[in-house]
Amino acid sequence: MSPEPSHVKLELRGITKRFPGVVANQDVDLVVQPGEIHALLGENGAGKSTLMNVLYGLYRPDEGEILIDDKVVAFDGPGDAIDAGIGMVHQHFMLVPVFTVTENVMLGVETTRGPFGQLDRQAARGRIVEISERHGLHIDPDATVEDLPVGVRQRVEIIKTLYRHSNVLILDEPSAVLTPQETDELFAVMRSLVATGTSIVFITHKLNEVLEVADRITVLRRGTVAGTTTPDETNLEELAAMMVGRDVQLVVDRPPATPGEPILEVRDLVVRDERGHNAVNRLDLAVRAGEILAVAGVQGNGQSELVEAITGLREPDAGVVLLAGEPLADSPRDVFEAGVAHVPEDRMEDGLIADFTVADNLVLNSYWQPPFASGLRLHGEAIVSNAETLVGEYDIRTPSIFNPVGNLSGGNQQKVIAAREFSRPIKLIVAAQPTRGLDVGSIEYIHRRIVAKRDEGAAVLIVSSELDEVVALGDRIAVMYRGRIVDTLSPDEATPERLGLLMGGAHPEDDDAGTLVGATADTGSEQADG
Amino acid sequence: MAERPRRDASDVPETPASGEPAAPAPEAPEESGNRLLSTLRGMLLPALALLAAFAVGAIVIVISDFDLLGQWGSDPIGAIGASWSAIMATYGALLRGSIGDPGALFGALFSADWEALRRAFGPLSETIVSATPLILTGLSVALAFRVGLFNIGAEGQLYIGSLFAVIAGFSLVGLPWFIHLPIAVGAGFLGGALWGFIPGLLKARTGAHEVIVTIMLNFVALNLIGWALKTELVQREGRSDAISKIVEPTALIPALVQGLRAHWGIVIALLAAVAVWWLLFRSTKGFEFRAVGFNPRAARYAGMSIAWSTVLSMVAAGGLAGLAGTAVILGGSGTLSPGFSPGYGFDGIVVALVGATRPLGVVAAAFLFGALRAGATPMQAATGTPIDLVVIIQALVIMFIAAPALVRAIFRIRAERRTAEVFAKGWGS
Repeated sequence: MSPEPSHVKLELRGITKRFPGVVANQDVDLVVQPGEIHALLGENGAGKSTLMNVLYGLYRPDEGEILIDDKVVAFDGPGDAIDAGIGMVHQHFMLVPVFTVTENVMLGVETTRGPFGQLDRQAARGRIVEISERHGLHIDPDATVEDLPVGVRQRVEIIKTLYRHSNVLILDEPSAVLTPQETDELFAVMRSLVATGTSIVFITHKLNEVLEVADRITVLRRGTVAGTTTPDETNLEELAAMMVGRDVQLVVDRPPATPGEPILEVRDLVVRDERGHNAVNRLDLAVRAGEILAVAGVQGNGQSELVEAITGLREPDAGVVLLAGEPLADSPRDVFEAGVAHVPEDRMEDGLIADFTVADNLVLNSYWQPPFASGLRLHGEAIVSNAETLVGEYDIRTPSIFNPVGNLSGGNQQKVIAAREFSRPIKLIVAAQPTRGLDVGSIEYIHRRIVAKRDEGAAVLIVSSELDEVVALGDRIAVMYRGRIVDTLSPDEATPERLGLLMGGAHPEDDDAGTLVGATADTGSEQADG
Repeated sequence: MAERPRRDASDVPETPASGEPAAPAPEAPEESGNRLLSTLRGMLLPALALLAAFAVGAIVIVISDFDLLGQWGSDPIGAIGASWSAIMATYGALLRGSIGDPGALFGALFSADWEALRRAFGPLSETIVSATPLILTGLSVALAFRVGLFNIGAEGQLYIGSLFAVIAGFSLVGLPWFIHLPIAVGAGFLGGALWGFIPGLLKARTGAHEVIVTIMLNFVALNLIGWALKTELVQREGRSDAISKIVEPTALIPALVQGLRAHWGIVIALLAAVAVWWLLFRSTKGFEFRAVGFNPRAARYAGMSIAWSTVLSMVAAGGLAGLAGTAVILGGSGTLSPGFSPGYGFDGIVVALVGATRPLGVVAAAFLFGALRAGATPMQAATGTPIDLVVIIQALVIMFIAAPALVRAIFRIRAERRTAEVFAKGWGS
């Protein structure tokens, strides 16, 4: 009834996929041998999901081809990919909560019996039991999905793909939603699957997991393959460096910092993420006037939550944030009024309103105060003249200040944000991934602007996962891992190797262990030494 | 970690900032011309949808006439001509019923005969009467929509507004009209605003979807009216059916011209349109409204309060719908009965759609649908085409506007990049 999975070799050759304004994948090659766990490692936005959506038939590549057992195939949709034996477990599960496990698994490939096409639940149930026993995927086929914990739901998704005779399994960030114990179980299942000849593409940005479970590792960076290796040939620091890159050496001319009074002080901060986990876990940091503190780290270690807590967008669960000794109020407007500039991580989602004009976006947070408004009345002329000044001053290339900002290039959009945030007296700049997705020219421009504000006496907190950026800008460099600052280095100490090691979760060698013991106690089992 | 296609469009070539000094920006079209063009572009799709609706309506005219259908079998050539004249006769009657007979209008202007003038301008007056509430409910829906809210509750807000206006109209006695009328109109606004405040607050506080809440509140409003009209306070003395007392003459909205039904309510409606335009495009609140409507996340990051915008815009939208009911009652019979609105609140959705949620567009669309409504009865009398044709045309307009891709396909227009697919949005969250 259920044939053993045939052994299939999967190959992607020269895949390029463009979206308006960005190249998500550029000439990507990937070979997945039968029976191997192939890790696809990369940061958020590196192009992993795009690549897998190409493989799963959701996107059509602009260039390149997919080969199965050395034969070129073309997928018009996920249906074709499934027929070709490719199964995908998405990060967000595709299950009907009120259906049972059996019903969810058979959904779309229902087996029927009798003249009226009655659902044959028994037959399906039998196969599910058989699959789950064979691979150690313990499950109750009659349980309702909404009653199951996340880890078990993921198992249902895996069974779903096996039920459809998948030979190649794509797991998109499977450990993101799991507890460490569940992750261990998942890895055991993955090993059992490849033992029977199934191959697995394992998408992740967690370095230690890759080293633990993968047979082969392909690292994506900015849409291109940064390298392919195996766990035996590499180590944490090398992978981290590959992931965040050190290919572009950006140097910004800047005098040494002359730090003054502490401006931003964060003490014992705890911030929960949407899932209720402590994304920021009793974190301390301080930034002085006239210095840049760069926070390095692989994305997803609590940087976003830290920034949101400082800028009033997310309520901390414990701890204090002080600005020049005063507690920072907790609404974004109060934070703005206190003199904090915020360059958000996702400029199109959070920083700009695409349909608004350049002029309107330049007053997006100040439209309500003079000279742009008095009472309810907006002063159009003031908004226009402000825009004309800033477009010149910040070299924003736009056909007109009345152009919707969504029509500008990424670099010019970021300049709009910089112009808006930096063109007033500010005490503190909080910039998250300030140059993500920008070309080299724009990166340099934004960096120069940030250094200029520092020299005017602003305290600057940069959060970046680009090593180059961190090294180029930071007067001090803090590494964030699992919601904590694990170490703070001077630029001289911050070699890519050392940073990579810290970003990957390894213990710092120095004796500054006071803060570290607590940080690593709960995750000790997952630490890997470089 | 979905890697969405970024909206950083690439049509503006990027040059490294460190390079050459900025090349002179491409000659920017003059600002006013630019705006006019974008306004016209905004009106293009609705206009074409309208055209398509009338074209399909013409087919309906032909197949609803059985004699004509028979002729298609026996004498196809003659039937083409006959169909053409039937279509022209029907649409002609619709036009005469809504705007007037050009000959009569012209003649009356020169005759200086009051009676003839009054008769000639009768159809236009009826159109204005119908358009007045449609402008206000259209503005109500359009305003909420700009904030990303789909106000299906204009009908209920209209009823509650009417109730407040009528109560203010008959319970205050002995005031001069210039005090009494504003109070009654204000009460109407207040009533609608209250009925808009509820879904606004629920959405802001609990996330309850405004579509569901406003639909349900329509039922509540209708039944509340049915009950209120039977209470001693509101029910007319000596009546056992649900009908209110008649408002004092001082609370009635006077006619524009003695002898015609068109009343100063149209002025209220037009002033409201100007006010909504000012609010949306010239005030800080409107800036917030539109920001929240386009991108609530960025609005929040910029320090705006999404909750406040939601509540405020729903209050204003409800108030506008309340004014619509107020204008109908105080400008007409001066008394409230259940079912007095033939669906002005729901037609407001169509009007807002066709008007592309711009105040000026809403006014134009309201006049259009007012004209259709006013012309329907005379059309049926003159040509025997059922009044339902007008309803069909309205429905077709909605259909075509709801399916912009269809209209683009019919007229072979290229999709504009990032066109706001206007009404697809409110259902999102």
